[in-house]
Amino acid sequence: MKEKVAEFLDKNFSHFIYSKQEVKSNIPSFFIKPEGIVPVVKALKEEPSLKFDFLNDLTCVDWLGKREPRFEMNYLLKSPSNGHARIMLKVPLDDGESVPSIIGVYKGANWPEREVFDLFGIYFEGHPRMERLIMPDNFQGHPLRKDYPLEGFGQDYLIYDLLQIHQEDKEA
Amino acid sequence: MAVMYEKTASKMRGKFENLPEGHLLVNLGPSHPATHGILQNIIQLDGERIVDAETIIGYVHRCFEKLGERYDYNQFLVCTDRMNYVSTPLNNIGWILAVEHLMGIEVPARVTYVRMIISELSRIMDHIICQGILGVDLGAFSGMLHMFHHRENIYTIIEKLTGARLTTTFCRVGGMERDIYPEFQKEVKEFIKGFKPALEEFVTLLVRNKIFNERTTGIGGISAEDALAYGFTGPNLRAAGVPHDVRKDTPYMFYDKVDFDVPIGEDGSVLHRTLVRIEEMRQSVRIIEQLIDGIPEGPYHANLPHAFLPDKHRVYNNMEELIYHFKIIMHGVKVPPGEYYFATEAANGELGFFIVSEGEKSPWRVHVRRPCFWYYQSFPELIKGGLIADSIATMSSLNVIAGELDC
Repeated sequence: MKEKVAEFLDKNFSHFIYSKQEVKSNIPSFFIKPEGIVPVVKALKEEPSLKFDFLNDLTCVDWLGKREPRFEMNYLLKSPSNGHARIMLKVPLDDGESVPSIIGVYKGANWPEREVFDLFGIYFEGHPRMERLIMPDNFQGHPLRKDYPLEGFGQDYLIYDLLQIHQEDKEA
Repeated sequence: MAVMYEKTASKMRGKFENLPEGHLLVNLGPSHPATHGILQNIIQLDGERIVDAETIIGYVHRCFEKLGERYDYNQFLVCTDRMNYVSTPLNNIGWILAVEHLMGIEVPARVTYVRMIISELSRIMDHIICQGILGVDLGAFSGMLHMFHHRENIYTIIEKLTGARLTTTFCRVGGMERDIYPEFQKEVKEFIKGFKPALEEFVTLLVRNKIFNERTTGIGGISAEDALAYGFTGPNLRAAGVPHDVRKDTPYMFYDKVDFDVPIGEDGSVLHRTLVRIEEMRQSVRIIEQLIDGIPEGPYHANLPHAFLPDKHRVYNNMEELIYHFKIIMHGVKVPPGEYYFATEAANGELGFFIVSEGEKSPWRVHVRRPCFWYYQSFPELIKGGLIADSIATMSSLNVIAGELDC
């Protein structure tokens, strides 16, 4: 499967892939440029001989101090018609860089992308609702970043916000 | 939590600001008898019809993925206990298998046999809860009480085996914490003997009930395409007619050596999810029956002095074991650098662990692919246009576990 996908990507999307970096992983990995993720994912889904039509997982890794650029989006795709083969697409991103949302290709990317936005602070362009999913709306920072302090920023601002809301309710 | 609730509520007031005349906003949760866990749904109603719905999660978020970056590989096992707390051993086994595959450890056949038996017992336990509670939500209380006796029997077995009922922390990297107790096989057989007829009685009690049938037929259905697009796995996907099962597709442990069928439904409705889960319980019993007499003799852990804690009496009397004990406790299990994704079939679907290791005591990053998280995002779409009473049945039959959802 790995050779087939590599050949397919080389043939059609050579301008979108980084041609380096071998990852020690049990799943074949391919490095994609941020602007290419949507067309690549779409083509992998629609190509009849590959048919990666199941989005298995979507997450992010923060490589602070280990690798440049800092973030790495991971898209795990599964092809049920090809013996449930899996491939991993990796999109390296710098801090503050955004990546196009793949929600147009896989509906199920909705919550996982919001989760990554919430916990890593990566913005997904074209997502209909880029808001926090798990943490409260007034939460500061993104907890899964490696530079987020383990004890957090304290809860004073949360209590202050609560008092503010009560005040507004009283006035209204 | 109060802070978050206030904040979320204020946000929701803005979202549903221009309600049409006669429409009503109803808040279900986060602490509501019908949500089974801390989940919040805000539902816009026209009479009893649901016009729009909004799902808010995150009330039991403990950020296990962050904790995983500090804990060592055996310590993170404790976090997996608290994910799907209805079938804890399945999470434990999923995590331990992921670590063992990453390290390239082969465990003795005895361990794998016991792990498989416990897996299937946990699956039965999970499905009993799901189906029992579904009945309760629809007004059929006796089914749940009838089955809880048998669930209790499984809990007794697991308690004797691991020392805990809910937070089992079953297995360790390289084997099990201790060997099975002498009456284990006998008790599992006794459980099966009682459970088989009870399951058929449960089917008669619940599924052949006219009211249950009318309340569940065609309710909360989802098409196979939509289910796949949303990332459904497990019984909920199979109820929509897609025969995907990690145990068959990419077999792990000895699932390729046992006989079992993968039941599928047609329209993904509440009734079909129920039928699929009931058939899965029968298949689980079938798997256990094939394994229970064949548990081979042998050690209960692999011979891995650098990864598996030695026996206590040897630690006290033997220099070498004392050193290994110290090394494992202080430095943890050493795992080679690399990335690993490993998926197992948990009771709700594909439970995947993605580990990024830098060769240190703790993983650089742990990510858990929780089945609930993927399929619960379709919930507003599933209940739109239906009755509010049906939304309760839909939620119960999806089997959303808050601990797994938020992780």
